[in-house]
Amino acid sequence: MTAPHAEGTAGVVGTPINRVDGMLKITGAARYTAEIPLEGLLHAVMVTSTIARGEIEEIDTSAAEMSAGVIRVMTPDNTPKLESLEKYQREGGKGTGGSGGGRPTGRALSLFQDKRVEYNGQPIALVIADSFEAATHAASLVRVKYRAETPTIEMASALPSAYPYTQKVLGREPPATRRGDLAAGLAAADVRVDEAYTTPMENHNPMEMHATIAAWDGDHVTLWDSTQNVYGVRGTIAKSLSIPPENVRVISHFIGGAFGSKGSAWSHVVLAAMAAREVGRPVKIVVTRRQMFGPVGGRPHTVQQVTLGATRDGTLTALRHDSTSSTSTLEEWLESCVLATRILYDCPNEETSHSLVRLNVGTPTYMRAPGEATGLFALESAMDELAYALEMDPIALRLKNYAEADPESGKPWSSKSLRECYQWGAEHFGWSRRTPTPRSMREGDELVGYGMATATYPANRMPASAVACILPDGHVTIKAASHELGTGTYTVLAQLAADAIGVPVERIEVQLGDTDLPQNPISAGSMTVTSTGSAVHLAAMAARDKLVQLAVSDPESPLHGARHEEVEIIDGRLTRRANAPRGETIQSLLARHGGAPIEEKADAKPGDERQQYSMHAFGAVFVEVRVDPELGTVRVARALGTYGVGRVLNPKTARNQLMGGITFGIGMALMEHTRVDARNGRYVNADIAEYHIPVHADVPSIEVLFVDEQDPHVDPIGAKGIGEIGMTGVAAAIANAVFHATGVRVRELPITLDKLFPEMSIHSSNSPRQASPSRGFGS
Amino acid sequence: MGTATEHGVAVDVELRINGALARLALDPRTTLLDALREHLRLTGTKKGCDHGQCGACTVHADGRRVLACLTLAVAAQGKAITTIEGLGRDGELHPMQQAFLDHDGFQCGYCTPGQIMSAVALLGEPCGPNDDHVRECMSGNLCRCGAYANIVAAIQDVRRRVQP
Ligand code: FES
Ligand code: FES
Repeated sequence: MTAPHAEGTAGVVGTPINRVDGMLKITGAARYTAEIPLEGLLHAVMVTSTIARGEIEEIDTSAAEMSAGVIRVMTPDNTPKLESLEKYQREGGKGTGGSGGGRPTGRALSLFQDKRVEYNGQPIALVIADSFEAATHAASLVRVKYRAETPTIEMASALPSAYPYTQKVLGREPPATRRGDLAAGLAAADVRVDEAYTTPMENHNPMEMHATIAAWDGDHVTLWDSTQNVYGVRGTIAKSLSIPPENVRVISHFIGGAFGSKGSAWSHVVLAAMAAREVGRPVKIVVTRRQMFGPVGGRPHTVQQVTLGATRDGTLTALRHDSTSSTSTLEEWLESCVLATRILYDCPNEETSHSLVRLNVGTPTYMRAPGEATGLFALESAMDELAYALEMDPIALRLKNYAEADPESGKPWSSKSLRECYQWGAEHFGWSRRTPTPRSMREGDELVGYGMATATYPANRMPASAVACILPDGHVTIKAASHELGTGTYTVLAQLAADAIGVPVERIEVQLGDTDLPQNPISAGSMTVTSTGSAVHLAAMAARDKLVQLAVSDPESPLHGARHEEVEIIDGRLTRRANAPRGETIQSLLARHGGAPIEEKADAKPGDERQQYSMHAFGAVFVEVRVDPELGTVRVARALGTYGVGRVLNPKTARNQLMGGITFGIGMALMEHTRVDARNGRYVNADIAEYHIPVHADVPSIEVLFVDEQDPHVDPIGAKGIGEIGMTGVAAAIANAVFHATGVRVRELPITLDKLFPEMSIHSSNSPRQASPSRGFGS
Repeated sequence: MGTATEHGVAVDVELRINGALARLALDPRTTLLDALREHLRLTGTKKGCDHGQCGACTVHADGRRVLACLTLAVAAQGKAITTIEGLGRDGELHPMQQAFLDHDGFQCGYCTPGQIMSAVALLGEPCGPNDDHVRECMSGNLCRCGAYANIVAAIQDVRRRVQP
């Protein structure tokens, strides 16, 4: 099924229009959660634990309660027990069983139901006051005595306790796989690479801090929440508080970045609803920046062993990828590192597995390209090492093992343009200028390195619904409870609706982020366009059909008697294709019919095309780094990504989002590292001065190119989603470029100078390269 | 929301915001940022860290960029404060706002008012001509969405037009 306007020339889909919500954002008029004005609003501030494991012995709130402006201090001593959780515990709920685990709260939350402490920074009390200043001050007056236990903090020392993950990954993929005969494949190999790659804990740090406002009206509650999943929050609130979902409304019109952290209803969300109910007034909680390290998820630590075997000509004979990632003691949350490995290369003998280690840290969660960002760092670094060991060009090695069909399932791809991505990217980047020997390229005093890696992300899709409403004034309203996180959702949905119906995009109003609107999935996993976009397209097409039907069956219409297919709608005017001057506007047609709007709802869901095809987006990323040979500092001088992501709905917003992904990847490669004090589990760099994310000066010019890709199978609009793929492959491309520049292979992210410099000094000027711990050309 | 505390001591504060005088009774601990957002409902100025680390709260005080989260409201008295809401004149966008729109210099929009206020101030600062100079001068304004390349393009576009 393809969109009728897909190849049209007049359509707005595929054109780089400015964001339709841009005016609100550049004037400061876009309202984010914490900015909703409510009469009588109270401010609440969370108090968090200062030990990583143990029991609260005593919480002294007397000073806080006496402090000016304080209304209530909620602690485990006075917080009402939640029936839903008591029942869950009675029935043997243990907090295991995946991230949801059948818990009424979804994630394992800290709702002051008991006195356990499982990580440092865990919410243990809530101060509610009439001002932010009063609540903040009083929170500092809460005194806590603990019975501390020895926590497990460090991944390295906890590794022996790793255990295999045995449930379905993401609810659908096997935790471990085996195809062919790995041992035979390794025996047949002329060259082997067998290395461990590690990635640290990271935190999303969207610029908008998580926030929730809860207001009760009788037994109904409204939450304004900075969430990527309004229906998900509604479900969690309803189940946790044992109220019907219809009594919960969740609103999220603008989200100031999310990257996965706002995909779950975390403790503060439910606490806001509980607190507002307790005090009988609306309550706002804004999570502080420090509290965004722990209570709202992050990327876990991973240790990944990759083993590759190949014959002299570069043919892969064996591929093994075992990933161990950290989770908390509260939940089993898995970073799905090996999924991309299963589909990327055509290798007959392959084994993959996932294991977990439990640490006393905040529970991890999805962080931009969860699994792929981390997994591809390991795999694509190892492929570069193999290329060096074979003295083969890294692109040639990848092309040699190009998977023409999904090697795991055997299914054909719905579409795949990876070959074009490699070739086109190499051309634009100037890959042929690269001399492969490490340290062989210089400019001025700096070492120059070129590196590349493959990018990939699955084309996910979930059921979604939308309503399209053609109004008598010729405007159109689109309603879908999806979300605007900066991804351009308002814009691309307006474009899709404009083309489907045939009205200018300025006449489309898109409503998002409200459980009063039709249900949509979480905006994550690069599936908003594939899921919600499809629903909007179908709803708009259905409304258009109804409009056309009205015209052709209306004796007073100039289109009366025309065949359905003959009718064209351009700029809100219906005409007969063959006789354009004869026609009428939507307004005049609807006016004759009582001025009632035309409203159609569509439910879109993936069908059995998912059984027939394997659906993934692919790309190739190229970077040039400059390394100061005296200091070991690394700078990305330029980056280029080529992507085959199906139909690009808006090249301007798409390019921006992919650049953002690459920028996120630069952070992952060179700076991001959540540091936890090994003694007490305290997040050491829990702010955005000490937790480094890329700033203007870190980000060079980035080029993004799209391969023209038609995918008739993936979904009704032919798009694959672009939110994550930009960040995949970037860390490996940078690590590979750093090796090329310096001859030092850093297998532990981030690539900071403490890891690079000691090895570099061994390499410097005249000393022989054999000292290298890495596989170079040995010259 | 006129008074900050029901029980604490409030101080009278007079602020000049976007050309208009605002009189507030504030908890003396109130930052300029919270005075704007919580008391004057001028929520265009954003809070991204509350610690002077992100630039989201950038406003102008007498034409210079300052961080509203590190400025106490009482200390902002006597200065002409300009926020994103006061940047345009007579319903017209400031050229920098238009350039951000045209160059798609944002995604989620949360860092955007701060980026724009910094960028406008930069026009009057001794910042060198190249992209790298702009990157250096703008490095106090974080954008987690990673719209940096477009932000620099927007700023350079305006600079070429107003400072040829
Ligand atoms: S909120 Fe002021 S610098 Fe971040
Ligand atoms: S646009 Fe989202 S942080 Fe800059």
